[in-house]
Amino acid sequence: MASVRLVGFGWRHAGRRAWAVRGVDLRIDHGERVLLLGPSGAGKSTLLAALAGLLPADSGEQEGTVEIDGLDPTKARERVGTVFQDPQSQLVMARCGDDVAFGLENRGVPGDEIWPRVDEALRRVGFPYHRDRPTAALSGGEQQRLALAGVLALRPGLLLLDEPTANLDPAGAELVRAAVAGALDPDTTLVLVEHRVADALALVDRVVVLTPGGGVRADGPPEAVFAAHGAALAAEGVWVPGHPTGSRPAVGPPGAGLLTADRLGLPPRLAPTDLTVRAGEALAVLGPNGVGKSTLALLLGGLLRPGVGRLTGTAALADGDTRTPPHRWRAPALAGRIGSVFQDPEHQFVTGTVRDELALGPRRTGRPESAVRATVDELLDRLRLTRLAGANPYTLSGGEARRLSVATALATAPRLLICDEPTFGQDRRTWGELVDLFADLRDAGHGVVTVTHDGDFVAALADRTVTLHPARDEP
Amino acid sequence: MISLEPVAVPGAPLARRNPVAKLAAGLIFSFLLVASLDPVAPAIAIAVELALLPLFGIRYRVLARRALPLLAGAVGILVTLLLFAADRTGRVLWEAGPLLVTSGVLVTALGLVLRMLAVALPGVIVFATTDPTDLADALVQNAKAPARFAIGALAAFRLVPLLGQEWQMLTMARRARGVDAGRNPLARLRLFVSTAFALLVGAIRRGTRLAVAMDARGFDAGTPRTVARRQVFGPADWLLIVGAAALAGGALAVSVALGTFRPLIG
Repeated sequence: MASVRLVGFGWRHAGRRAWAVRGVDLRIDHGERVLLLGPSGAGKSTLLAALAGLLPADSGEQEGTVEIDGLDPTKARERVGTVFQDPQSQLVMARCGDDVAFGLENRGVPGDEIWPRVDEALRRVGFPYHRDRPTAALSGGEQQRLALAGVLALRPGLLLLDEPTANLDPAGAELVRAAVAGALDPDTTLVLVEHRVADALALVDRVVVLTPGGGVRADGPPEAVFAAHGAALAAEGVWVPGHPTGSRPAVGPPGAGLLTADRLGLPPRLAPTDLTVRAGEALAVLGPNGVGKSTLALLLGGLLRPGVGRLTGTAALADGDTRTPPHRWRAPALAGRIGSVFQDPEHQFVTGTVRDELALGPRRTGRPESAVRATVDELLDRLRLTRLAGANPYTLSGGEARRLSVATALATAPRLLICDEPTFGQDRRTWGELVDLFADLRDAGHGVVTVTHDGDFVAALADRTVTLHPARDEP
Repeated sequence: MISLEPVAVPGAPLARRNPVAKLAAGLIFSFLLVASLDPVAPAIAIAVELALLPLFGIRYRVLARRALPLLAGAVGILVTLLLFAADRTGRVLWEAGPLLVTSGVLVTALGLVLRMLAVALPGVIVFATTDPTDLADALVQNAKAPARFAIGALAAFRLVPLLGQEWQMLTMARRARGVDAGRNPLARLRLFVSTAFALLVGAIRRGTRLAVAMDARGFDAGTPRTVARRQVFGPADWLLIVGAAALAGGALAVSVALGTFRPLIG
């Protein structure tokens, strides 16, 4: 049991001019289940960190008060449990049971009580394996279940979930939601941050909407909040249920072939696959987790050497290089023909500012400086990054980083764009922009290949889908 | 690839000993052997180590594979010394052009190689039979190491395999951006440094997130920690340490008795 009280609360991270969150007045009572909403940059994660007592006084400046059961959150940490976004960086131990026991050891729970509580927590989240199972052998969804068990074992009065499914495919996200739904009891207060509102609604009975820098905009039962503010929230990027997204089918037939994959594979990561990629066509690659979709994207992008089979670029894509497989092309030539967008945008950043990041590709491919500047300015404008031209790419928000990573791939004007899960964890606004951008590219005669789990994205954009299947001789 | 996962059959009598006891026994054994420059003591030590191997539940083939880098290093040392050692005393064993192998050279080279193997093998055996989690537990419970250090290192250790994947990703991402070094060695060095820097930045960010998650679960919050996995340090563990000291001492004693003992100092 725990209650939360915020009065005029605000927080500004050290070294920042803008307040991450400001003017929040909020009361959450014992056992309430709250969905915290707001457009990107509204300070949802900062607010959650404040409740978790994870904002040390020397890391920024606080305004107003925040209390858990009348205590300062740094003194109420034992009452609060938090599950974060990234499964990789919240598991501590090598074996599942040990990981759940880790928190119990830290709290000084007597040794003979630890294992019964570990087993109980694993049961509550429906964890299917023995506690000796290596944590490294779990899928992302299973890892998040385990992280939830590790938090529940501590019997927190207040459970904080910070986009626990944002890094997961739909099946993994469903695993986590089912675990949360099954584990909640009337004594646990819940505060959840989640983009995908429709999926989260079953878990909550109250919605609180934050405005960037402006405190609480709306607060109440989900139906009432969405009736009054749904359209505005959707326009700001929140995935409000009942606000469908537009679709962008192709305006013309597909053009010439660009790439031909002939029994292309990389055992055991990807079974041999036949595929043709065409200009003026958006192709979506689907398939269950672990079937090798990301590997296929890397192979098509000329970034990995094929294990078996062959990948050939046609004359339309490769100019005179049709006899050389793409993975042997020099990098500047490759970047001018095929643009690759990785799942994690941060992998792709090479320079210290957004502007340099965009200029890098065109410079490497030998464009004159005036053309480079024109390209950079156009992309900054088109992807709403002009304001951030001088910022360090690593300091961008998730949506901004995604837009930049796509823009860097477009900067060299490649004929073919290959994206791995471009819409993962994106808000509705960035999502819509990506659909429009890819559709514009396709209609201008570029080829677009996306590897994705996002059914809405496929419906909105794809002209053709290819579904990968696990190799038959494997389970 | 470096593998540090334990490979021993669990339940072998010596593999089951307390990790701290194994570590201490290994350290004492190695430390005593460093004291002599002769080939006899390390040769005896290696014989003892190999004879005890079944008690640790390690098969010889597995050990050979694990110790492969060590053997390669040993061959390297042997060849280097045979070619370049200044000391060319003793009986001439083999002469081929500028190459002159004398008994003095051979004894020095063999001594060094055997010493290296004898000193390194206990370490290989300890880590081949010890689970990292057990080692961290035992360090905290039996050696009174701070949990902040032992558990923190353990958590960081779990992230190490990710670095290899991350490096591959960064390299591919740079290629996709049009950045490669071609045949220019300077560009290659620059690319290596910039990729390594990106790897470091990523590792620090991930480490920070992990630290926050550990914090959120009460790690190092000042509450006295309890233990879920009790590590016992019993008489058998003392016996292992005493036994290791006695065996190393015995090897040195034989070397002294045979008159081959050459102390490291003096």
